[in-house]
Amino acid sequence: MGNAIEVAHLSKAYRRQVQALDDLSFSVETGELYGLIGPDGAGKTTLFRILTTLMLADKGEARVAGFDVVQDYRRIRNLIGYMPGKFSLYPDLTVEENLDFFASVFHTTVKANYHLIADIYQQIEPFKHRLAGKLSGGMKQKLALSCALIHKPEVLFLDEPTTGVDPVSRKEFWDMLLRLKQEGITILVSTPYMDEATRCDRIALIQGGKFLGVDTPQRLVEHYPEKLWAVRSEHMHRLLADLRAYPYIQTSFSFGETYHVTMHTQGSPDDLQAYLSQRGHRAARIEAILPSVEDCFMWLSRQLSHE
Amino acid sequence: MNEKVIETKDLTKRFGNFTAVDRITFDVARGEIFGFLGANGAGKTTAMRMLCGLSCPTSGTGYVAGFDISTQPEAVKRSIGYMSQKFSLYEDLKVWENLRLFGGIYGMDDREIARKSDEMLAELGFEAERDTFVRALPLGWKQKLAFSVSIFHEPKVVFLDEPTGGVDPITRRQFWELIYRASDRGITVFVTTHYMDEAEYCDRVSIMVDGQIRALDSPARLRAQFRAETMDDVFQQLARQSTRRSD
Repeated sequence: MGNAIEVAHLSKAYRRQVQALDDLSFSVETGELYGLIGPDGAGKTTLFRILTTLMLADKGEARVAGFDVVQDYRRIRNLIGYMPGKFSLYPDLTVEENLDFFASVFHTTVKANYHLIADIYQQIEPFKHRLAGKLSGGMKQKLALSCALIHKPEVLFLDEPTTGVDPVSRKEFWDMLLRLKQEGITILVSTPYMDEATRCDRIALIQGGKFLGVDTPQRLVEHYPEKLWAVRSEHMHRLLADLRAYPYIQTSFSFGETYHVTMHTQGSPDDLQAYLSQRGHRAARIEAILPSVEDCFMWLSRQLSHE
Repeated sequence: MNEKVIETKDLTKRFGNFTAVDRITFDVARGEIFGFLGANGAGKTTAMRMLCGLSCPTSGTGYVAGFDISTQPEAVKRSIGYMSQKFSLYEDLKVWENLRLFGGIYGMDDREIARKSDEMLAELGFEAERDTFVRALPLGWKQKLAFSVSIFHEPKVVFLDEPTGGVDPITRRQFWELIYRASDRGITVFVTTHYMDEAEYCDRVSIMVDGQIRALDSPARLRAQFRAETMDDVFQQLARQSTRRSD
């Protein structure tokens, strides 16, 4: 089917100082659910603005649904849906009026594509006469997604749709995205939550305007170059300082109820165990574990900063 | 030793006939890191506003740093620090100007502000950034600075409202090390977060559902109680009981 998004050597700087995007190249296949994973300030929003034809790049080229973002911007605007990170609907229109408005702008009706939004919109339909500005955060998010979908876009751009959203609502939102993917819609979605990465077909880890890595979540984790250990003991606060003082430690990061640790080749779990028991950690436990996407992100971002 | 810095009994806030916070009773000890969790709309923000002296309870009682939140809200405000993800510092002031401003607001004198500024910037490794405009700092630095400013006047308790949202994973962990250091100094930390791994870093965690505290214990005991592998599982189990969802 080809690529829904193609980006080659895209760069963008603000006031010649901040390099928001630094020579990015990637492509998203038609029908793919593609995640941009990275912290605030990584360049995610800049990339979205360029791809949705709202901003010009300094250098490079990008095509969306087969069209050039500069030459064919009008064509692209009809083919995409965009949910910006900031709530951008009309606060002084009701829920229903917002949806009708977006449908009419795209020369369609709410009825024509209702099946696409039914799942989502039904949850806020009881409040359809409420002003959009008076909705709770979760409801605003559902309305914004409905408005971005109402013209049945080929490509959907979602900029941090789950930021500040609680874990239960986040899970529901991703279930919704998987259903939209089954409708054949290509989705580019950004998030600062690393645990959401596993829901994507492929992910790009982004920081400082550069990709740290692009792959399926599965393969990314498989390519983690080090042996990773989870360490815990009865004195967790002290353990972190003691781990850092261990001569063969490479990295040590807190991860929920354990610390994730990598060692230089001279180190070994047995040696570490002996060292920790010397320091008074009698019940220290060291287990080999598989890395998560967040481990990979931290590893790759350290490599970049050490270059 | 077991000094209570926050103590509430049946604390309640109603707006019309909507009960946003429904008879919550809990206490937090000096130096404790207390995680205050709940789904969007569970009542966390309303509860936090009452504890900060910004909103008067409808019924029940609450004491923060020894002051009654209903009758002595101004004394409460002077004894606490506050930081949220959204508003942290003045972007168009320099680092030292922000410190002087916040120190001054909390009634510190110039000498104390100068001494404390040196100490804090050294601890953060930010000495070279003293004259930098806050807007020019990377986000992660801003958040670390904002936290340090929130405890600049050595409050008894600091309230952190989603302090690490959107911060990169390495900085997020450095941020928690700052929290540990504050707690080791005896500052009580009251923190909300949507990152469930961070719930594990708290001494105790409460989970609010529909205005009520439905669970409160150490992360390890909560995991055992709910037969869950992670705090995320615990949270999902509880938050799904909500009947107030989507509003």
